[in-house]
Amino acid sequence: MSPEPRPRRQLHLAAHFPGVNNTTVWDDPRSGSQIDFASFTHLARTAERGLFDFFFLAEGLRLREHKGRIHDLDVLGRPESVTVLNALAAVTDRLGLAATVSATFNEPYELARRLATLDHLSGGRAAWNVVTTSDAFTGENFRRGGFLDHADRYTRAAEFLATARELWDAGPEGGPPRRVDHRGPHFTVRGEPPLPRSPQGHPVVIQAGDSPEGREFAASAADVVFTRHGTLEAGQAFSADVKRRLAAYGRRPDALRIMPGVTVVLGDTPAEAQEHAAEIRRQQVSPQTALLTLEQVWGVDLSSYDPDGPLPDIDPDPHGELARGRVRIADPQAVADRWRAVSRAKGLSIRETVIETTGRQSFIGTPESVAREMTAFAAAGAADGFILVPHLTPGGLDPFVARVVPLLQERGAFRTEYAGTTLRSHLGLPDPVRPARKD
Amino acid sequence: MPAPHHPPRLAVALDAPRHPLRPDAAHYTALARLAERGTLDFVTLGDRFGGPGPDALGLLARIAPATERIGLVPAVTTTHTEPFHVSTALATLDWVSRGRAGWTVEVSTTAAEAALTGRRPAAPPAEVWPEAGEVADAAGRLWDSWEDGAEIRDRATGRFVDRDKLHPIDFTGRTFAVRGPSIVPRPPQGRPVTVVDATGAESTGGPGERARREVAAARADVALVRAEDPQTAGAARAALRDRARAHGRDPGRLLVLASLPVELESPADAAGLADLLTDWYAQGAADGFHLRPADPVRDLARLVEGTVPPLRERGLLRRSYEGTTLRAHLGLPRPAGIYAATPEAAR
Repeated sequence: MSPEPRPRRQLHLAAHFPGVNNTTVWDDPRSGSQIDFASFTHLARTAERGLFDFFFLAEGLRLREHKGRIHDLDVLGRPESVTVLNALAAVTDRLGLAATVSATFNEPYELARRLATLDHLSGGRAAWNVVTTSDAFTGENFRRGGFLDHADRYTRAAEFLATARELWDAGPEGGPPRRVDHRGPHFTVRGEPPLPRSPQGHPVVIQAGDSPEGREFAASAADVVFTRHGTLEAGQAFSADVKRRLAAYGRRPDALRIMPGVTVVLGDTPAEAQEHAAEIRRQQVSPQTALLTLEQVWGVDLSSYDPDGPLPDIDPDPHGELARGRVRIADPQAVADRWRAVSRAKGLSIRETVIETTGRQSFIGTPESVAREMTAFAAAGAADGFILVPHLTPGGLDPFVARVVPLLQERGAFRTEYAGTTLRSHLGLPDPVRPARKD
Repeated sequence: MPAPHHPPRLAVALDAPRHPLRPDAAHYTALARLAERGTLDFVTLGDRFGGPGPDALGLLARIAPATERIGLVPAVTTTHTEPFHVSTALATLDWVSRGRAGWTVEVSTTAAEAALTGRRPAAPPAEVWPEAGEVADAAGRLWDSWEDGAEIRDRATGRFVDRDKLHPIDFTGRTFAVRGPSIVPRPPQGRPVTVVDATGAESTGGPGERARREVAAARADVALVRAEDPQTAGAARAALRDRARAHGRDPGRLLVLASLPVELESPADAAGLADLLTDWYAQGAADGFHLRPADPVRDLARLVEGTVPPLRERGLLRRSYEGTTLRAHLGLPRPAGIYAATPEAAR
């Protein structure tokens, strides 16, 4: 193998706790508890052993439904993120701890305090993935209830974050606390900050939305973007688009880290890795899951179809809404046409078509080839790093940390020790500047 | 009055009176470990909606992995918070502590707290305590909304859960509604332990105090009463048990602890405290004690060195923990879920 140029900048790596969707395989003999604290400890300690930047938890506020009943085919149920991360702060030393928390169903003062608490108690390792929730379905669990349209979601989130930052900046740092007096369209917050300024000044802010509003919000206010663009070309386009938006906010291109969520399958040989990847895909798409995935596109009940038979001849119902608590598919007819074409061309059944067209792993290969591809991906400007989404709890990250991390280190593409103690220092982000006192 | 059978329960506050909590994990971890060395039932951590200081529940979650047996009971406010979040955070504290979580139900009545959210004006205790009772009710239903054993991982049918064991709670209170079910599987204790300070820090009498006491009688597993002598404590205990009975509860499921300020300036004070607790308990004043040290660092050390040993010698305190959960320490059963097919009466 010819020597390759040393990467300009090192990769950033994060670990996603296996989520409540069919990426997570629950019927493998190695699949452990999704709720016991031991599973969280195992994954977080593995990530820290691999010198990862951070550990990431998603959020659930209402169990998803399909055809009017709770969706029962995937893992469901999870703990509340900030509480778990406070506990993980006790069993890790350097790993960043990222919580997804909705800006729609919380209040700035309370959440700013909870996140500042986590930042203090972890010695500067807290991060907040700011998400918005639009549906009245989720709202039924909350005082606020109701519905926000897409644009309002982000104006509320932006004001929420700005208010939280006012509270974080107002915390006493040697002097007396400053009073916060925020009056905006969404929030009125008056009072003293709950805590001294935390070790990172502000917890790291992550943003994961992909819409134009989401990208604009990321460019204006986020430190890290968690994207779905796991291919090289899509990653380059996304990265260029978001980084181009930074200038309008007086931010430099390196003020934002772009980290796609990716999946990795390893094998001793390329063929073995491919075989293993196919086997995981079959585990992820059970016959029942294949039919349900189809129903989400078609918008109608397809339970009479045989998952091992051909795709339906009928067209999707554009108004069908079987799934609740999920992101809607934008153009079901286009998806259906594409799937039927794949099925016809390759002679695939329903289940085989779903396996073929959804959720293929991002990196499949030997540890050497995966390390090489990841490095090339970043060198091509498609990402600053990756958020790994393992398919098994709690051991899903073990092979990557044992076999790929050392190779990335050999290539000079990844740290060999934590240089700093805070998540901001791992990410190479500057400490936020504290605005001068106005009084 | 019949004397309680179980040895007296013993709990201690880790927060110093009139001082905000500190964002200092090591400080509170050391205190909680000390309480654990003294084989106490649980520690409490006071809190208000606005702090100042770190979030008490977050702080006790941070301590959970650094302790093994001691119960962890933060104050959690219910006035400006979301009942759903309150419920899931407590369920999670129970998961990360493997069954050692409780909470002290609290309210927010000041204009300063109301101004931090700007959602609703400050309201008096008589208004916010009934709402707190509803939050406790809704939280309990959410904990029960996943029956035990809901997770089935049935390969043949491809189902991870049996959705017939997941239940909407459809709770409608006077100020909020929650549909459910919870997002968190039923916690290890079934329901984390609910504690209500039945008298409050400032005893003023009046409807606010009655409302607080009613929540204790209707919802608490453990009620705290502040009293200066064993007769007052015993009377408060009897009154609470009567009210619990009036709410259709078995008064044996409501533990009343006398909540006492303590100041152990010398080893002799620690021995004296052991005598006092022995005496109050013998008089049937309470099911146990919640101690509020003036100086937690000093007083807790003295308590473990000077109060715990004589209590152990008198058979009034365990020498080591037998159970692993807070409910086990307190002698409270793990409750059957209200939605479970097996009726409560059968347990």
